[in-house]
Amino acid sequence: MPNADHATKQSLRLEPVTILGQLALWLALLVAVWGSVVGIVGGVQGRAELIQSARRTAYALLGIISVASACLVVALLRHDFNVQYVWSYTSRNLPTPYVISAFYGGQSGSLLFWALILAIFAAAAQWLTPRRYDYLMPYVAAVTSMVTLFFVAVVLFASNPFERLPFTPPDGNGLNPQLQNPGMVIHPPMLYLGYVSITVPFAFAVAALITRRLDTGWLHAIRRWTIVSWVFLSIGITLGMWWAYVELGWGGYWAWDPVENASFLPWLTMTAFLHSVMIQEKRGMLKRWNMILIVMSFMLAIFGTFITRSGIISSVHSFAQSSVGYFFLVFLVVSAVALIWLLWTRFPYLKAESQLESMVSREASFLFNNLLLVGMSFSVLWGTMFPILSELVRGTQVTVGPPFFNQVNIPIGLALLALTGIGPLIAWRKASPSNLKRQFASPVVSALIVGAALYVLGLRDFYAGVAFTLGAFVVVTVGQEFVRGVGARHRLHGENYALAFARLVGRNRRRYGGYIVHLGVVVYFVGFAGAAFKKEMEASLKPGESVTMRSAFGYEYTFTHIGVSQYEQLNRFVSAASVDVSRGDERLGIMTSEKRQYWDSFQQPTFQPATEAAIRSDIREDIYIVFAGSVDGTEEAVYRFTLNPLVWWIWYGGVVLVIGAVVTMWPGGGPTRASLRRAMVGYQVKLVDETVTADAG
Amino acid sequence: MRASSKFAMGAVLITVSVGYLMASGIKDTGVYFVTPAELAEKVQADASFRDVGVRMGARVVTGSIERDVASQTITFEVTDGMKTYPVVYRGLAPDTFTDDADVVVEGRLMADGTFRATTLLAKCGSRYEAEPTA
Repeated sequence: MPNADHATKQSLRLEPVTILGQLALWLALLVAVWGSVVGIVGGVQGRAELIQSARRTAYALLGIISVASACLVVALLRHDFNVQYVWSYTSRNLPTPYVISAFYGGQSGSLLFWALILAIFAAAAQWLTPRRYDYLMPYVAAVTSMVTLFFVAVVLFASNPFERLPFTPPDGNGLNPQLQNPGMVIHPPMLYLGYVSITVPFAFAVAALITRRLDTGWLHAIRRWTIVSWVFLSIGITLGMWWAYVELGWGGYWAWDPVENASFLPWLTMTAFLHSVMIQEKRGMLKRWNMILIVMSFMLAIFGTFITRSGIISSVHSFAQSSVGYFFLVFLVVSAVALIWLLWTRFPYLKAESQLESMVSREASFLFNNLLLVGMSFSVLWGTMFPILSELVRGTQVTVGPPFFNQVNIPIGLALLALTGIGPLIAWRKASPSNLKRQFASPVVSALIVGAALYVLGLRDFYAGVAFTLGAFVVVTVGQEFVRGVGARHRLHGENYALAFARLVGRNRRRYGGYIVHLGVVVYFVGFAGAAFKKEMEASLKPGESVTMRSAFGYEYTFTHIGVSQYEQLNRFVSAASVDVSRGDERLGIMTSEKRQYWDSFQQPTFQPATEAAIRSDIREDIYIVFAGSVDGTEEAVYRFTLNPLVWWIWYGGVVLVIGAVVTMWPGGGPTRASLRRAMVGYQVKLVDETVTADAG
Repeated sequence: MRASSKFAMGAVLITVSVGYLMASGIKDTGVYFVTPAELAEKVQADASFRDVGVRMGARVVTGSIERDVASQTITFEVTDGMKTYPVVYRGLAPDTFTDDADVVVEGRLMADGTFRATTLLAKCGSRYEAEPTA
């Protein structure tokens, strides 16, 4: 066991680690400057050796930043508490996985982590992009180098994880208990992967703007990248909800907190981009709009990082205030100016090749989808910034809370859900009445039946009713597509149904993967709608006493307080309160909620006590029990009981969504010429097919 | 009518509805966010300001927290260094609610000068970031 006496000596021995890390950061800074300059100059002058060099900086940066990151991880693992960062976020008794996760648990480490992921993606983009897009690559390298440069500069000059203390404390501060959760180990990396990977499609967009090669080439090059970053954002957001639900103990998963909103904003614009790109690919429309969307997504991702780090908007999530915010602000302003100039000068090259022909067409439904998504992100941005805006205008801060966001976003969300069903089925260009009837008769009828049935069963919440009805509509539209596709293959090729299904999905991955994603979205909506039926109750119970609650499904739950026990565990002292739970006459078992007081290796308490909710989850509803404390040290306990219908669906919606997205992206690696050609032929066939159907009607 | 002008009408309709939803949302749910000193100033200028619900951001005075677990009532004092208000809150406090924590209380100022809070949010400086000591 290392102890305090050895700590000073030990830190001297470890000095090389931080020196190496520091050197690596400086080197990364220089290499990133080189990459930015050489990429542009080489590209403009067409000098092969410079282009080569710029592309190589992407790999060099990956190597160098990996070294810097490794140095930080080594310092963490060796408990080198002379390094302030290590002291701040870890302690000797912290379990090793959390010691490693502390790499991105604090501000400076997380910024280094950003740079690391960016370096990985930038190198992957250079490595995986097929040769036919070589004309874009020097600029892509330049853009990724510039963004890397910014993050490395912030780490070096504003928030350095290698900074040392003037003395060596015997033990560290420890990691915040709320971050000691497996979900928290994977949630930030996922969200970062999402944020950071937007940089790649963004870099391609900028490259296309610089080169004025604004055909659909760059769109094909980034197809998978866009979905990759969208999926990571989705996973990151969903894991964030899960973490908030499990760990924060207030019984919900989304509070419209500025930091949550910050992750939601780029997700919305990326979703819009994913859809509008299809219109550009097929009809040559919306070129300007797509450019604006990808640029906005990138800016919002940076803005999100800025919000979490500047403390400009008070949020329960935010990091401590520091000068980091100014760096971000400057970066945001400078890039905004540069991008606006670039867009402005290239606007004439981004003329649409065709026009909207009918309101009843897939283009129109996608356009509305885009408007709604962008409207939603605008309203979320507005609500998030409102305290600042109102202070500027009226001199007093006015805040808007969850009611504002719900009031605005629920109707927009439901309209989007409706379009989720309509969009994929409606014909391109102009849908004929027969096309409409063929595609929408059974979904509409089924949805109406579901809506009526729910009403008869006693469902009276308007928005929830609409959500379920529209959900049924979307599910039937998607089901109909699968049934028809499988049936057609079965008839034409004589394949059995399983094989027909596999080939149908396998040969139209983007289309059917997209449908599966849509099903996932419906599952999410079912879960969100469940929030309308949440029941909550607080009670103070002596051992043996019980309370009953009736859930939205009509179940009668009885909670009987058993007692409070106290014990030591790992790096904490636990008070656990247990409740015997029954549903009707059926005994469900004992649920235990804990209050945990963490301590350091000297048994001194660290941080505030943390609540560990007891959660019993099933497909209908969650039982969520929080032990709020015992009365004057007796065994009488105060509880909050929450019945959360359908929360389970949200997590599984995430699973379905990821499966769908994986299908769209399959196979891994870069797109091959053959797969692209196949896909293009497939679309042409489909297009012809639909035109024929439309003409026939 | 051409499709693009029909679309423009649709777009205007969507924009107007989103704008309407936002404006009404802010009107219905917007709440003043003040510090204790600002609240005192506003109430002094216009006594009817008491009846307007506000959110107040301040710091908990160390040692002022009293919990009555049986009635689930918490009384404590908040301050911004210039003005201090006693706060009464009924309900469960978040884990991060401790001495010296930054809190946001939502509610209204009573005639006796206490602040009756209906919600209590707490943010701890060391939530993600250690206090810059040492």
